[in-house]
Amino acid sequence: MTSGAVDRETGLALYRQMLRIRRFEERCVELYSAASIRGFLHLYIGEEAVAVGTMRQLRADDAVLATYREHGHALARGVPMPAVMAEMFGRVEGCSRGRGGSMHLFHAPTRFFGGQAIVAAGLPQAVGLALANRMLGRDGIVACFFGEGAVAEGEFHESMNLAALWHLPVLFLCENNRYAMGTALDRSESETNLPIKAASYEMPAWSMDGMDVLAVADAARLAVDTVRAHGGPVFLEARTYRFRAHSMYDPDRYRDKEEVERARLRDPLVVLSRRLLDDGLVTDADLASADRDAVAEVDAAVAFAEAGGDEPEADLLRFVHSERSPS
Amino acid sequence: MTAVADFRMPSLGADMDEGTLVEWLVAPGDEVRRGQVVAVVDTAKAAIEVEVFADGVVQELLVEPGTTVAVGTPLARLSGGDATVDAPPAPEVTAPPQVKVEPGVTAPPKPPPVSPVVRHLAHQAGVDLAAVAGTGPHGEVRRQDVARAAKNPVVSPVRGGHVPASPRARRRALELGVELADVRGTGPDSVVTVLDVERAAAASQPATRAESTAPVDKKQAMRDAIGALMARSKREIPHYYLRNTVDLTRALAWLTERNAARGVGDRLVPAALLLKAAALAARQVPQVNGSYVDDAFRPADHVHLGVAVSLRGGGLVAPAIHDADQLGLDALMAALKDVVARARSGRLRASQMSDPTLTVTNLGERGVEEVQGVIYPPQVALVGFGTVVERPWVADGTLGVHPVVVATLAADHRVTDGHTGGRFLAAVDALLQDPGRLDSEGEPE
Amino acid sequence: MTEQVTVTYREALRAAIREAMLADDRVFLMGEDVGRYGGSFGVSLGLLEEFGEERIRDTPLSESGFVGAGIGAAMGGLRPIVEVMTVNFALLALDQLVNTAAAIHHMSGGQFSVPLVVRMTSGAGRQLAAQHSHSFENWFAHVPGLRVLSPATAADARGMLAPALADPDPVVLFEHASLYNTSGPAGAGDPVDIDRAVVRRPGQDVTLVTYGGCLAKAVAAAEVLSADGVSAEVVDLRVLRPIDWETVLGSVAKTHRAVVVDEGWHTLSLAAEVSARIAEEAFYDLDAPVRRVCTAEVPIPYARHLERAALPSVERVVEAAEDVVGSG
Repeated sequence: MTSGAVDRETGLALYRQMLRIRRFEERCVELYSAASIRGFLHLYIGEEAVAVGTMRQLRADDAVLATYREHGHALARGVPMPAVMAEMFGRVEGCSRGRGGSMHLFHAPTRFFGGQAIVAAGLPQAVGLALANRMLGRDGIVACFFGEGAVAEGEFHESMNLAALWHLPVLFLCENNRYAMGTALDRSESETNLPIKAASYEMPAWSMDGMDVLAVADAARLAVDTVRAHGGPVFLEARTYRFRAHSMYDPDRYRDKEEVERARLRDPLVVLSRRLLDDGLVTDADLASADRDAVAEVDAAVAFAEAGGDEPEADLLRFVHSERSPS
Repeated sequence: MTAVADFRMPSLGADMDEGTLVEWLVAPGDEVRRGQVVAVVDTAKAAIEVEVFADGVVQELLVEPGTTVAVGTPLARLSGGDATVDAPPAPEVTAPPQVKVEPGVTAPPKPPPVSPVVRHLAHQAGVDLAAVAGTGPHGEVRRQDVARAAKNPVVSPVRGGHVPASPRARRRALELGVELADVRGTGPDSVVTVLDVERAAAASQPATRAESTAPVDKKQAMRDAIGALMARSKREIPHYYLRNTVDLTRALAWLTERNAARGVGDRLVPAALLLKAAALAARQVPQVNGSYVDDAFRPADHVHLGVAVSLRGGGLVAPAIHDADQLGLDALMAALKDVVARARSGRLRASQMSDPTLTVTNLGERGVEEVQGVIYPPQVALVGFGTVVERPWVADGTLGVHPVVVATLAADHRVTDGHTGGRFLAAVDALLQDPGRLDSEGEPE
Repeated sequence: MTEQVTVTYREALRAAIREAMLADDRVFLMGEDVGRYGGSFGVSLGLLEEFGEERIRDTPLSESGFVGAGIGAAMGGLRPIVEVMTVNFALLALDQLVNTAAAIHHMSGGQFSVPLVVRMTSGAGRQLAAQHSHSFENWFAHVPGLRVLSPATAADARGMLAPALADPDPVVLFEHASLYNTSGPAGAGDPVDIDRAVVRRPGQDVTLVTYGGCLAKAVAAAEVLSADGVSAEVVDLRVLRPIDWETVLGSVAKTHRAVVVDEGWHTLSLAAEVSARIAEEAFYDLDAPVRRVCTAEVPIPYARHLERAALPSVERVVEAAEDVVGSG
């Protein structure tokens, strides 16, 4: 599927954004293997187009919710890379002061509401954030990213229903990478056509190619415009694929190696770069320069994280309760 | 300039401390590229292919397949090719200490339990159960064993250096300067209680009190006084004891009927009947009612009935209900409540403390069947009531089960003898068989 | 203190909600049957007519969904009061309450707060059997990040909501089902200090510590005890997290004996926490072991006499108090 026209500036911007996420995630693999990053690590490698293409359509006053596979979403939203890396290291300079780790990246200035480790738990919260916008007469919408595994949870259905029933401005963006940890979609859902499920709740729902960032951008723009214009929810499925296992400690036995190899042929970085090169919008030098910049940015973020400090143990009991009233 | 870097055992998961190298997929001399899978590692969960993060040439394989090593251990040495990417620093992974879980040690078998009645008798008599040889089956301690031990007190040995004492007893001992190891414990399982500590303090009065740095409070003064009084009573007054078992069928039936129409706050308790009977009987047998002062008995012309009340802090007071023989049962009940409340909150009036003419001790609520008490000088008798129990009873030639109570009299042999004492107990019995009369107000017999 | 009027607990809650909604446009009520039905316990009768559908919001049977929505709405700048019909149904929303509401502030390193109030009915005694009779106050009181309240009187019902709404963090408020019809004096604008317990009845001989639906039983037991010459002090915890230990321990220091009355099951009850804390911090004040009067270890039975036998009763409280007073 080919998408519409693109100019050099937009094309390069999209490429750079996906590339910095890719290089960040790759470095995380190393750092995790070296035990600098601990706990769980869920990588976004292969899925970058979805976050990047969608996030571009959002405004500063919109809200974003994501899952535990959210490094790409955080970076695409504008959470500074050094703060994200420091959070992975558990440093007090991390965006969540080291209190959250890989799965709980939060950033108030960019209205990035996490970072959720319970599958589908973000959907009701998205409903509530949208409700607040409505009742306070604010314009913003809420973009809620979740994996296809979430459609099995009761909360998915409750949230779809509430958002449609109360006519709330939520973009439900389902990243279907076909596997919920080790379970393929067709082994867990009687109906694997996800837009049909959403449509049954009386909301616009359609599907897009999640490996082509230009297709994602087009589809997301349409969806976001619809939400803004009509004030009600929209469901968008992004058909995507993760090239690595569910998490670092996953032997990936549930997937055919051939399938993974085939998917890699549609690496979003390759899909876009080939298109931009073919259209004569960029040169190899541009791409190489982008790569150098990305690596340099990651290097700087790692250096920042390594030099970071640990929150004093004496402060252990802070942040259980608010130290000031929310405005 | 080629940099040499180590390829180390990677951490592949939150709970991975070590891994086993299963297979090398490269050999010394091979060129490797960043991201290339070079080995298979077996973790607790699965066999995982691991990659190298830099371009280079394999110099040396350091670990044999089949070896288990900790995360971070160098597995191979690589020399950098064009890219001189430093290997990440060696991770600080400390394996958790191996915790050995010992099989538990089962507790030694417990000695046979002592019945509550016996335990309480022992406590009251100041006998340490641990030091008593039981003559019951399986070495069980029985009442007669306690009675025997009461006559021949033995100081209990301290078990293993630790003196079991209740929390307040410990603090009290500290306040009074009493050495816990010297105190005989009479609480459950021979635990030292506050009462024991205060007894010990009273017994060794001057020396102990001088060492104590705690401020003396009114309550404490009262308790010390009582303690001293008890000791003196036993020394000076020749006690004799009588007992009588009273059938309470009629009295309780009367009480039930009387209470049926009343709210919870207005109900009479059996103790009211017992006290009134004692007060009226004291009118009939005045030799038990009065004081022994200056080697002579002075009978009283009123009956101020002392009621023994146990205090929260340990110790006993026996304040008086004035003119108990003249009070109707409701008034007597109210006076009883009042005096108990005052005693427990330390608000007794001086007159209540100093002028009972006869005291009743009612430990029935503690589950004791029979009370043998100590007379409070200068009084000349002490009436005791145990707990109301159901017992086989013959009435009118028929065997049945009746509620009964054991009434006891401890009396001063200088003033009365068994014959007179017996008349008193008989009077109490007769009064309890005719409960309607107990509600009378002030008609002297 | 403002003018005291005798109202039912239910009326007191309604007045508090109404007052809060009039004072602050951000406050709204959301839950099953709170609108058209007037609340399953009648608390919100008349409020839909007064405030409209946006602010008295009926929800579908989606506990997890609407509790999560309440969390989102609170993070988004509103002040929601989410009514979960009973704590029995709150189990469906436990994930949102524990993993989101209680944890967001911490996980985000202090960036987001959740000023949410969740009201729930709890307790047994109406023959509603095993699935409708739970007392899970202790489950919520276990979780750092939550404040847990238990108003036991009409005055507390009236006065606890405003401070709860003013709290920047999530507050869970338990209303024992037996209390809605009870009456008491309550004044408008008498906010309750939601950090403190209260001594409902002073006494000298034993401390009865309790909360919620058991307060009435404890007070009744204290009356019976006083007829027997035992003076019982009744401490109403009111706040179950954080518990006001100063008041509890101060009382035990005076009476030297404690009985904790709690409608939760005996094992791992909230009473167990109170017992443990008394043992830790007032050990040397004790004349007797701390006793607990709790519900028997059985799913609540339907038959009336069995339910009565399972739950704490005045008789059992009196017995426990006399037991501890008897020793020493």
